[in-house]
Amino acid sequence: MTSLAPTKPFQRTYRPPGPLVIDIEGVTKLYKMGEEIVHALRGVALQVHRNEYIAIMGPSGSGKSTLMNMLGCLDTPTNGHYQFSGKDVSSMTDDELADIRNREIGFVFQTFNLLPRSTSLANVELPLIYAGMGHDKRRAQAIHVLESVGLGDRMGHKPNELSGGQRQRVAIARALVNNPSIILADEPTGNLDSRTGEEIMQLFEDLYAQGNTIIVITHEENIARHARRIVRLRDGLIESDERQT
Amino acid sequence: MIRFFYEFSESFRIGWAQILANKLRSVLTALGVIIGIVAVTLMGTAIRGIDTGFQNSLAMLGDDVLYVQKWPWGPVDDWWNYSNRPNIKPQDAAPLNRIIQSTSNSSLEIAVPVVGSGRSVKLGDAKLNGVFIIGTEADYARISGAEYQEGRLFNDTEAGAGREVCVLGFDIAQALFPTRSPIGQMVTIGGHPFEVVGVFAKQGEFLGLFSFDNQTVVPLKAYQKYFSTRRGAELRVKMRDKNNLVGSRDELIGAMRRVRGQLPGERDNFTINEQQAFKAQLDPVKQGIAIAGLFITGLSLFVGAIGIMNITFVSVKERTKEIGTRKALGARRRSILMQFLIEAVSICLIGGAVGMVVSFGLFLGIQQAAPSFPVEFSPDLVLVSMVVSVVTGVVSGFAPAYGASRLDPVVALRYE
Repeated sequence: MTSLAPTKPFQRTYRPPGPLVIDIEGVTKLYKMGEEIVHALRGVALQVHRNEYIAIMGPSGSGKSTLMNMLGCLDTPTNGHYQFSGKDVSSMTDDELADIRNREIGFVFQTFNLLPRSTSLANVELPLIYAGMGHDKRRAQAIHVLESVGLGDRMGHKPNELSGGQRQRVAIARALVNNPSIILADEPTGNLDSRTGEEIMQLFEDLYAQGNTIIVITHEENIARHARRIVRLRDGLIESDERQT
Repeated sequence: MIRFFYEFSESFRIGWAQILANKLRSVLTALGVIIGIVAVTLMGTAIRGIDTGFQNSLAMLGDDVLYVQKWPWGPVDDWWNYSNRPNIKPQDAAPLNRIIQSTSNSSLEIAVPVVGSGRSVKLGDAKLNGVFIIGTEADYARISGAEYQEGRLFNDTEAGAGREVCVLGFDIAQALFPTRSPIGQMVTIGGHPFEVVGVFAKQGEFLGLFSFDNQTVVPLKAYQKYFSTRRGAELRVKMRDKNNLVGSRDELIGAMRRVRGQLPGERDNFTINEQQAFKAQLDPVKQGIAIAGLFITGLSLFVGAIGIMNITFVSVKERTKEIGTRKALGARRRSILMQFLIEAVSICLIGGAVGMVVSFGLFLGIQQAAPSFPVEFSPDLVLVSMVVSVVTGVVSGFAPAYGASRLDPVVALRYE
């Protein structure tokens, strides 16, 4: 991996989509909210290939958070099929889902979700601990990834000693450290000012250019514009799914 | 397996970081455990101390000696039956010894008569009251484990002639002859002059009640010459094998009945006492301490466990979002369970360690303040305390940790 310092000029690259990673069909999700039953998803079909850069958009209540939880294997559908790299996720146990998340999915959260008392390095190492990697190897890998997001000099800092943009970079390094199949970012710029947000989006751009698969959930058009494909949700259904040039 | 190990060490790291981040809270939480551990170690120390003191005292009595006496040691309900018994007489020893010698493969070795009473011992103006004077034969040396500070016991010739010689207990010799050797000096026992031929080495007190160092031994014949033996004597009988207690006892009972000329069917009119009888009396005391100690320990550990359970619940609640994040990053249920269990156990272990230090301090204090009080600190107690701490931690931490492990990651991530 080469350095991804956010100094490069903005440029779009296009990569041909690779093999199928995510295959969702007829997925519904029901929630019980007290007496009421909420249909968060009413039958969604979505296919994601390797080397895609997708934005999932929709107003609040459209079901985009539910879809993200589903894609991230945090939740299982009420009905329908979900295959991740050919494996049926719908029928997995909690621990099997945990393993899939650990190996295949890198999460980036709006609120960063770093462990407050741990250093950047320890935060990035965490997924590797759950993967069962030995101390020296995981340390080396975490250092490498932190350097690649431009935080080689912030490894011993704790989250409260970092700026918002730096925190999100640590979180992105944590998402990347396991070489996941997809990176799932939930409003990654929601807690950042627009300039820092742009830097983070440039980082995603670079990651995409290197062959990563990225799914960004957002409600901001100018963030979604970075993606090569925009999926719009409304009332638990996919309203539109278009590729951008 | 290797993954488990990494998760384990990670859990430890997190647990300690968490405890250090909330020092005061952790210490307050551990207080119940601290008190519990102090209670359990002090109780163990006391019981062990009593045991040791008891064993030491029994060793003074001689663990291979049976006592033929009129009264049993310990309380009796029907004292009138005992008071009508004939006294044991010193001259019963001779026929008893003849029976022992004529028995082939006897489990008994020798019987020695002992009489005794409290008298004063004087040297010039110095006078000691209430010294226990023992009259016995030269064979006393064979049944007593006592060693000599100086000199010797009187010999057969002196005993046979009833010469006025005596062996002083350690404390008496110290009191009357603080600066010089008492050997060859004359002391006055009960108004009669005796020559000192030996001094016993220090033996200590029997259960803190009766001092072996406050007695003086004289030949039986000399004792009978000056002092009354109306209150009767006792026979001390040495066993050949101290492990053959039952056989020796039975043989001694048979032999004594022959000496006494008792008819078959008649009840024994004497009692065979041995040191084991003391044990039976001491056991309820030990049990009392143990029950009280266990109750206090149990109560404080229970309170401590509730405190730890509570704090773990709080900790889980506070870190719901962290749990969600960890689950999103691939933590399995058991990783989360282990993380919070280890935190609870660590608090308990800190409590246990502090409790141990406190009780060791108390133990040293007691030793300084009251050297004769039997206390003993043992490494087993450290182990017991550690095990108790860990078990308390696991028991109290399990419910909240289990709850944390079952949290839905979606819900946990959304938690603010």
